[in-house]
Amino acid sequence: MSTPNSPTLDKHSSALDAAEAAASHLITVTLRVRRFNPEVSDQAEWVDYQLPIDPKERVLDALHKIKWEIDGTLTFRRSCAHGVCGSDAVRINGRNRLACKTLIKDINPEKPITVEPIKGLTVLKDLVVDMDPFFQAYRDVMPFLITKGNEPTRERLQSAEDRERFDDTTKCILCAACTSSCPVFWNDGQYFGPAAIVNAHRFIFDSRDEGGEQRLEILNDKDGVWRCRTTFNCTDACPRGIEVTKAIQEVKRALITRRF
Amino acid sequence: MQIHKYDTVIVGAGGAGMRAAIEATKRSRTAVLTKLYPTRSHTGAAQGGMAAALANVEEDNWEWHTFDTIKGGDYLVDQDAAEILAKEAIDAVLDLEKMGLPFNRTPEGRIDQRRFGGHTRNHGEAAVRRACYAADRTGHMILQTLYQNCVKEGVEFFNEFYVLDQLLTEVDGVQRSAGVVAYELATGEIHVFQAKSVIYASGGTGKFFKVTSNAHTLTGDGQAAVYRRGLPLEDMEFFQFHPTGIWRMGILLTEGARGEGGILRNKDGERFMEKYAPVMKDLASRDVVSRAIYTEIREGRGCGPEGDHVYLDLTHLPPEQLDAKLPDITEFARTYLGIEPYTDPIPIQPTAHYAMGGIPTNVQGEVLRDNTTVVPGLYAAGEVACVSVHGANRLGTNSLLDINVFGRRSGIAAADYAHASEFVPLPEDPTAQVEAQIERLRTATGNERVAEIRRELQECMDANVMVFRTEQTIKTAVEKIGELRERYLNVSIQDKGKRFNTDLLEAVELGNLLDLAEVMAVSALARKESRGGHYREDYPNRDDVNFMRHTMAYREVDGATGAESIRLDYKPVVQTRYQPMERKY
Repeated sequence: MSTPNSPTLDKHSSALDAAEAAASHLITVTLRVRRFNPEVSDQAEWVDYQLPIDPKERVLDALHKIKWEIDGTLTFRRSCAHGVCGSDAVRINGRNRLACKTLIKDINPEKPITVEPIKGLTVLKDLVVDMDPFFQAYRDVMPFLITKGNEPTRERLQSAEDRERFDDTTKCILCAACTSSCPVFWNDGQYFGPAAIVNAHRFIFDSRDEGGEQRLEILNDKDGVWRCRTTFNCTDACPRGIEVTKAIQEVKRALITRRF
Repeated sequence: MQIHKYDTVIVGAGGAGMRAAIEATKRSRTAVLTKLYPTRSHTGAAQGGMAAALANVEEDNWEWHTFDTIKGGDYLVDQDAAEILAKEAIDAVLDLEKMGLPFNRTPEGRIDQRRFGGHTRNHGEAAVRRACYAADRTGHMILQTLYQNCVKEGVEFFNEFYVLDQLLTEVDGVQRSAGVVAYELATGEIHVFQAKSVIYASGGTGKFFKVTSNAHTLTGDGQAAVYRRGLPLEDMEFFQFHPTGIWRMGILLTEGARGEGGILRNKDGERFMEKYAPVMKDLASRDVVSRAIYTEIREGRGCGPEGDHVYLDLTHLPPEQLDAKLPDITEFARTYLGIEPYTDPIPIQPTAHYAMGGIPTNVQGEVLRDNTTVVPGLYAAGEVACVSVHGANRLGTNSLLDINVFGRRSGIAAADYAHASEFVPLPEDPTAQVEAQIERLRTATGNERVAEIRRELQECMDANVMVFRTEQTIKTAVEKIGELRERYLNVSIQDKGKRFNTDLLEAVELGNLLDLAEVMAVSALARKESRGGHYREDYPNRDDVNFMRHTMAYREVDGATGAESIRLDYKPVVQTRYQPMERKY
């Protein structure tokens, strides 16, 4: 049987028309980038770059244009360029975002767009920060399934509801946008930070996991969840839309009630 | 220069590398070198699922999966390898579940499964639910789960270490793997990793195309390292163009969207796949669907002001279903196109996606130096390798499977080999080639720019060796690549420093892309037939008499002049029980 043609195709939305419009006009934007190279100077400085760009392009595209056409020394991390690998978390106009998920048109290209490294981690060069403390905090919460007894021959069963319980925190791409937006983390390098707690949450609330008590003890530490001041910066910063603060609150509650 | 010694060194920390590392670390002292951080690897961008005949939701068995894989690969698949892939798929999925992977579940709590292109019940009767999945982020979950288990097993990573050379030493007349040379991005320091066994798991080469689903970092580094040392590359002319990339950007929109009921439509709203694949329709294999899309576009039925794309229509699916099963790709459409997939169709075009070819290996992951001889101590798995389980066209969900099955196999084989072997002496002056390469690029003063040559290469590849090829277009590509290789010798970079010199790395990567693009084009020129992802308009039929064989490309250097050339040889296809048939969907 032939499928009827979709009626929606006859009446294009204005959004679809805009998306399909032929090469749109280029605008000139100013990118104000925080540059730092200890091989050259121990001082960081702001450098302005003016470039023509299609407003539908990404901030990452703008950074590439600078690197490829203006100044090859500009240094930043990137890989997938569509928001799944977590390489290019930077601070854009004072907010933590992924450069590859932020379109020029969405951040007021009339004014200079500031791009600087995420805060709270040592800057190594330009937009590149030392990620090792971030990954160490992640490793410290035992981010893996812990089970006891013999393995089943087939898969462990899990109801769709139980699977849904920790779905939100499985989305984490370890980009550090949340942790490096947290004022507690900025002021106290010992705090695990939101991303590590998110990844602990992902296992604590997984019905298959039997390591919850161990993980909760780790998070009950003086540098654990109680440091969180519920400022919600992390939730705002998460490029995956994870309700980070909520997840931290759920871990706190689990610590009090020992129910998870 | 620092020298490190490990039993086993793994190059790359995507799915194949980390799956290998979990096995190798338990058995031998193992180091994993990765030019990124492990969780940045492109396995994480895979979306739709991982095939395994679990039969959780309907009747299925691994023999049907084997057949589909062979047919999907247009009979260029080595059938012994495909059988292993399909058989071991079941444990591969169950192993991941036991490691913690959060699969979507059936109402009974089992791993849920959905339809995917080319996967059928009983040898092509109808689509079968074989893809095990976690929403449309299956690759993300696999990458995270494997990384989590690497943390659990204490796998030793060297992050942002870029492997630039493969070391081989001749012992008793046999060339053996001695280790690798790596460049530490943070410091610019060169490191030698002496190892009894080396596994390449460094991924694909998609960045030689312009419109591609591949990450910026997929530049064929592993393939190039071994190719320059005289080892062959197999079936490089076979590259997969995924039907549904976001128009112009190439960002992947999973085939799972069609598995969930999505439909491809032309500008008239017609479900055109009914004409090309009456049974499987939108779920025909990827090469078939990509050709159909470009046929529609060429015949004037493309969408948009320039008629250069078609639509992926999800508007008839309930929003709850899109939210639950396809949350990421619908968000990509919102973020990058500004449209609402509940109500708008999504503009798409085929996007360069996956290298079927690569470093030839046997089913233990051992690298071949010719049609039959292994290089002792050298292994490869995943997209960098060619086993060949994908033949001329890979089925969707078989790559996440490949990295798990052959990542595991190579990890075990390489560690066992290390146990039974001694270290091979390093060649004299092991870093000479890399130091010369780095120094040349760092100090060069030519007037060519990396970005410009790369852009021209990508445009040339899109124009000439994409979905449709002819002798003329391929020759144009070969000529252009030759010209770009010449110009590459005059390339200079602006960053002369040692610290995080990504300007330098991009220049190195471009060199790899140019070498591999040339291998691809030369291999494609010689294959005067159409098979799977390689479609020649001047030879539109499959020619089993002359071309039922794998291409083996070798780099040759003239001893007198130093001139480089590519020598092509061929390797028989392993056929067990499936005779080639005409391929219809």
